[in-house]
Amino acid sequence: MIDCKNNEILQKIIRMHGLQRDEYIKIINLIGRTPTLTEIGIFSAMWNEHCSYKSSKKWLRMLPTKGKHILQGPGENAGIIDIGRGECLIFKIESHNHPSYIEPYQGAATGVGGILRDIFTMGARPIATMNSLRFGATDHPLTRHLVTNVVAGIGDYSNAFGVPNIGGEINFDPKYNNNILVNTFAAGITRIENIFYSKTKEKTLEVAYLGAKTGRDGIGGASMASTEFDNENEKKRPTIQVGDPFSGKCLLEACLEVMANNLVSAIQDMGAAGLTCSSVEIAAKSNLGIEIDLDKVPVREQNMTDYEIMLSESQERMLMLLKPEQAKKAKKIFQKWGLEFSIIGKTTDNPQLHIFHKNKEIANLPIQALTHEAPEYDRPWIEPEKKTQIESDSVEEVKELDKALIKIINSPNQSSRRWVYEQYDTFIQGNTIINPGGDAGVIRINNNEKRALAFSADVTPRYCQADPYEGAKQAVAECWRNITTSGATPIAATDNLNFGNPEKPEIMGQLVLSIKGISHACSALNFPIVSGNVSLYNETNGTPICPTPVIVGVGIIENWEKIPKIENMKNKDSLLLIGGDGTHLGQSIYLREILGKNDGTPPPVDLIREKHHGNFIRKQIESGSIHACHDISDGGLILALAEMGIKSGYGATIKLGSGPRHAELFGEDQGRYILSVHSMSVDSIIKKAKKENIPVRYLGTAGGAYLFVEECFKIEIKKIALLYENWFPHYMQT
Amino acid sequence: MKTAIIQFPGLNRDRDMIAALEKITGHSPYRIWQSETTIPTVDMIVIPGGFSFGDYLRCGAIAARQPIMKTIRIKAEEGVPILGVCNGFQILLEAGILEGTLIHNSSLKFICREITLEVMNNQTLFSHKYRQGEILRFPIAHKQGSYFAESETLSRLKKNRQIVFRYANENPNGSIHKIAGITNKRGNVLGIMPHPENCIETAHGRTDGHTFFSSIVENFNKHNLPSL
Repeated sequence: MIDCKNNEILQKIIRMHGLQRDEYIKIINLIGRTPTLTEIGIFSAMWNEHCSYKSSKKWLRMLPTKGKHILQGPGENAGIIDIGRGECLIFKIESHNHPSYIEPYQGAATGVGGILRDIFTMGARPIATMNSLRFGATDHPLTRHLVTNVVAGIGDYSNAFGVPNIGGEINFDPKYNNNILVNTFAAGITRIENIFYSKTKEKTLEVAYLGAKTGRDGIGGASMASTEFDNENEKKRPTIQVGDPFSGKCLLEACLEVMANNLVSAIQDMGAAGLTCSSVEIAAKSNLGIEIDLDKVPVREQNMTDYEIMLSESQERMLMLLKPEQAKKAKKIFQKWGLEFSIIGKTTDNPQLHIFHKNKEIANLPIQALTHEAPEYDRPWIEPEKKTQIESDSVEEVKELDKALIKIINSPNQSSRRWVYEQYDTFIQGNTIINPGGDAGVIRINNNEKRALAFSADVTPRYCQADPYEGAKQAVAECWRNITTSGATPIAATDNLNFGNPEKPEIMGQLVLSIKGISHACSALNFPIVSGNVSLYNETNGTPICPTPVIVGVGIIENWEKIPKIENMKNKDSLLLIGGDGTHLGQSIYLREILGKNDGTPPPVDLIREKHHGNFIRKQIESGSIHACHDISDGGLILALAEMGIKSGYGATIKLGSGPRHAELFGEDQGRYILSVHSMSVDSIIKKAKKENIPVRYLGTAGGAYLFVEECFKIEIKKIALLYENWFPHYMQT
Repeated sequence: MKTAIIQFPGLNRDRDMIAALEKITGHSPYRIWQSETTIPTVDMIVIPGGFSFGDYLRCGAIAARQPIMKTIRIKAEEGVPILGVCNGFQILLEAGILEGTLIHNSSLKFICREITLEVMNNQTLFSHKYRQGEILRFPIAHKQGSYFAESETLSRLKKNRQIVFRYANENPNGSIHKIAGITNKRGNVLGIMPHPENCIETAHGRTDGHTFFSSIVENFNKHNLPSL
């Protein structure tokens, strides 16, 4: 055996590939010889955290992944749910955090390109995207640059590709100063019989390379995303991929066309670790071997080495298996769209990855070793110290509560995100029912349908930082609740787990507890996880991000005409508070923005209560008696009501309950909603709620030009609307 | 009423336009690929929006030089109604079928939002169902929608009443004279930046685009009354 302890060059190579010494020895044992440099590259690509989930796999098995609508859970390119009438929805979220910090425009653009490919590689035309973005503090010198370019990168890719953006999140927190998060979500629709997989039962197939040419961009990208950042990030710029939305759009059309013509046996997109990962996965899933001649791979640059071709992450590429007699027809379609089509190899019965270049064998590895034998770690973890709960009585009540509201409305995290979403095409395809800016984004299933799909992306990292378990539960609950406010029945979700370095027990603890929280909440709410992504090593020079488990959920609405939009609060409507008065100020926006503290525990989520309240709300919406419905989350009752006022243009006059005023106004207790209903329906809704033991209180009425909280304050809606809209453009201009 | 839509790689509102034409005319449009040189006899030809060839050169420049555009030019001269929306407008300008150019929005950013339009000339086949001066709600979605032409062209456009739609109130992209849509001199070719195909039904949240298309359909019906 090679003595890697005393071989400096070898040690350096192993380290550069993000492999551990033990892992290198395991490789030698598996293949019975020393690997070549390209083979080390291949192992590194397959065994890194990003592709192998080696730190998280053990815990991810806890997640509920089955349900009556679920056609495909985790393990494929994306998850699939049955949406009725023979159709299915294919969706997933992916992170592109590290690349987006190093090169924000291309990093974000290729993040969108990558998730869109995941969807159409399964045969679905993408119908919606969302994204969840976290940036550093607003006064950090890089933040404006990162926001500008991430938003432009997302917009330029998805706008040209032609898919509507229907919402998402964008937040600022110093915890993300040197490690921003760019998580992109996409969903597509197809008929169930037209789903395509990377698995096939057929044998002796040809291997076709499709799409754009291979260049020297993105080499080692997946391995880069599996290590911490330091001060040498600038040097990692060549690991960033470059996006080409035009090729991406052509690739979509060409793929759907070859699929419609039944020319495809199996198909896999080239994402992380490019040709390596796609060829290994397509072979592994079908229990086949694969033989590839790299001389046949269309390349963009001269003298590319086998190592570079195997590990390039050039974008807009696909790998397809097809019957030899179909190659001619398929090639014609790709040529029509101006794309490459090249037969680069064939499948074999011997499950080996066999690579040739310039007539020389350069890799010959057992597929099993690359996939099933990938290391799996049960990393040590510790439970973080619990915060102590704080009572609202012990939290200072500022004298001018109206000024507190104004400050929150005009703050980086609670103000309008219009500056961002107006750079995204939100209505292309003609099916957008609710644009970004509401609780959930809603898309009509097709242009002749009453049925629609509701989507929401959620997580509250400050809650997760204070209590990873409760915070993760809350992320699921809030997503479920936002979908519910549109009248939709939540069906399933996808998760993007963004954490620091899992080799640190406290970070591993955050990951484990978050997965437990998601798992419990998803089980209780009947909201299984069907796909997802894990992004670890989100830290720079040892400082980790907040635990950020982003949940994107989807629900089905029977009739989009009944959706209660936030802006639909009508003059003289009665306002009802469902779920009880506010009491909980721990980890609240009030505490953070007004008092500058981050004390206490996050609001606990009672999952049984959450479900009960949500089901009640949904029933009321179905009955058609709700004009507007808004969930209460960040900023409590008063921020939710202010948003309804800003969006509808009407004020409101309300009375607070008997608790402390600051808790009534800003408390972030969970499982709560504001309903705006015709005054005729009030009594019957209150009666129904009481019958079902749901806390309900008549708040007051909508109308007028002021938001008037009796015995507390009165603010003009126009004034707060201006403050709400102005923060973002003003910040970006200065 | 028969229609045809032209397809260039990179266009992405072709499906929206097909859906709108199907809903309003009751028939599926012919789909004509850019490399073709003939277009069947139709009552209107549409170049939809998107990013033809990625808009990697000037927007619309590569599309304007593809084989099908020669045929479009001939059809335009024959008086066939031709509609170019967004990138379609940019392509018609690059092809010289309409006058002027579209440059980057003054904000230098992509803008997607609802805007208001003023009907400047309701005597065209695309606008005769609107009232003169009527204010309409249309959506826009573009990065290069700032219309520009030098003063001589502008005064000619004005004199000939070729400016059909203008942004009312706010000017979203810096277009000169707030121009949003113009015709050729004969009035059978219209280029427009906002998207009529995305505001034809309740689900779209606005329906002013429906009147736009029914203008065209009604015009067609009038001209095709059996002669007595």
